[in-house]
Amino acid sequence: MAESPNGTPSAADITTPAEASIPKTVAAPKGGFSVSGFSSEATFRTQVFGPEDLHRAQTRIAHEIVERNHGPSDVVLVGLHLRGPQIAQRLAEAIESFEGVAVPVGSLDVAFYRDDIGLRHIHPLGRTEVPVDITGRVVVLVDDVLFTGRTIRAALDAVTELGRPRAIQLAVLIDRGHRELPIRADFVGKNLPTAEREDVRVRLRETDDVTEDTIELWGPEGGEE
Amino acid sequence: MRHLLAIDDLDRDAIIGLLDGSEYMSEVLAREIPKVPALRGKTIVSLFYEDSTRTRLSFETAAKRLGADTMTFTAGSSSVKKGESLLDTVRTIESMGIDAMVVRHSAAGAPHRIAGWIDAAVVNAGDGRHGHPTQALLDAFTLRRHRGDLTGARIGIVGDVRNSRVARSGIECWDRLGAQITLIGPPTLMPERLDGWPVDVAHDFDAVISELDVVYVLRVQQERIGRALLPSLREYYTRWGLNTDRAERMKPDALVMHPGPMIRGSEIATEVVDGPRSLVREQVANGVAVRMAVLFDLIGSGGLV
Repeated sequence: MAESPNGTPSAADITTPAEASIPKTVAAPKGGFSVSGFSSEATFRTQVFGPEDLHRAQTRIAHEIVERNHGPSDVVLVGLHLRGPQIAQRLAEAIESFEGVAVPVGSLDVAFYRDDIGLRHIHPLGRTEVPVDITGRVVVLVDDVLFTGRTIRAALDAVTELGRPRAIQLAVLIDRGHRELPIRADFVGKNLPTAEREDVRVRLRETDDVTEDTIELWGPEGGEE
Repeated sequence: MRHLLAIDDLDRDAIIGLLDGSEYMSEVLAREIPKVPALRGKTIVSLFYEDSTRTRLSFETAAKRLGADTMTFTAGSSSVKKGESLLDTVRTIESMGIDAMVVRHSAAGAPHRIAGWIDAAVVNAGDGRHGHPTQALLDAFTLRRHRGDLTGARIGIVGDVRNSRVARSGIECWDRLGAQITLIGPPTLMPERLDGWPVDVAHDFDAVISELDVVYVLRVQQERIGRALLPSLREYYTRWGLNTDRAERMKPDALVMHPGPMIRGSEIATEVVDGPRSLVREQVANGVAVRMAVLFDLIGSGGLV
C-alpha cells in the first residue's frame, strides 16, 4: 500500500493525521485515492504513469520476475492490500501470457503486524489468502508504492507466519524514497524522487472506480519544499 | 468511545463496523497459526465476580490470539473473601499496569462504575440482569453469516426474558440491525414493563413457532426463579421448551440458537441442540472472533468505531 509521510498506508488510510484519533467507521475504502495530511490544500503536480506506461512497466516487471527466478515455476505472487492483490493479478496474467504458466496469486493484510498499532486508527483492509503452501517457494510481495518500508516490514512478519519461503522478493510500481528501514525493492516500475510531504496517488481500474489507470504526484500548495 | 459497556452506546454503523472487524478476526482464527501480534505488549485482565466458563475463556482466548498478556481474577479465590471493596480491588489491579479490564459482576452497572474509576478500557462481560453486549454481537455475527443480513428476520426469544441480560442486549442489538423480535414465555417471566421495547410478546409458543426465522432459547435460570413463578420444570418444558415436535414445525430454513450454558431436556431437546438447525457451536466459535474485534478496537485501533 502507498504510504504517507508518517508511515501510514495512505491508500487505505482515508483519515488525515488530524482525524486519526477520531473513531471512524471501518469501511473498505473503495474508489478513494491516497490522501495525506494535506488533502484539502493538495495540488496536482505531474502524471507519473498513464495507462500505457503502467502497462509497459507491469509487463517489464513480470519479465524480470521470471528472469531473476529462472522461470515462473516456484514463484508465488502475494499482493498487499489495498492495491497489491490487483497488481499481483495483473503480473500473473502477464507471466501466463508469455510463459503459459499460471502463477499462484495471494493477498496479504498487514494491519495486525504494523508497528504503529495504538498510535492511530488501524483496521484490516482485506483478507489474507494465499492459495498454496509457500514453504520452499519464492514469494514476491507486490505493492503499489514503496515509501518508508514499514508496511513491507510488517508484511515480512505476516508472510513468515504462513510458512518458510526459500526467498522473499519485493515488486512495486513506484519507489518514492524516504526509507525508514533497511528495505529495498527487487523490481521497480519507476524510481520517483519526491518530497516527504508530497503524495503519490495510484488509481487502478479494479480498485478505484476509474476507467483508466493513473499514477500522479500531488503536493502541498505553494510548490516544492 | 473507550469502553464497551452496553449495546445502547453503539449505533447501527458502530455495530456493523464491529461485525466487519469480526470477519477479519475469523479469518485470522482459520489460519495455520491463528495468532497475530496486534496487541503485543498489552495486558488484559478478566475480573469475574460471577461464575462463568465460556465467556471468560472466550475473552482470554481472544486476547491471546491477538498477542496480549492475560490475567484472571475470580472472586471465589481472592481478597474479596477477606472483605476488600470493589474499588480497592480494581485500583490494586490497575496499579499492576493493565490496558483493558473485562468485567463480569452480579450487580447491574458494576462495569460502568469501574469505567469511572480507572484509565483502562472496560468491557462488560455480563452485569446482573442488565446486559451482555458481546453475546449480542456474537449472535448477530453468527446470524449475519447465515442470512447475510438481519433486516426483516423474525427472532423469537423464548424463556426467562425478565431475568436475562442476554435478551436485553440482544433486543437492543438485533433491533438496530433491523430484526423483528418476539418475546415468548409465561407472563411471569416477561419483563414487568415493555414501554419502549421494540418487541412483540407471545404467550403461546405453538401459535408463533411456524413464523419465526430464528428461535433463540434462553436457559431456565433456576437459581433466579422463585418457586411461585413456575409450577414445575416439567410443565415449563411442555409449554415453552424447544422439543423435537416444535422443531419440526419451524420454517424449513429456520435456525436455533442458545447462549449457553444450556440444560438439555430442560429448555431444549438434545436432538435439537445437535441437529442441523442449531448454531450453538458456531456461536461459541464466533464468540472468540467477535471479542477479538472488540478488544482490538478498544485498545489497538484507538477506540471503538
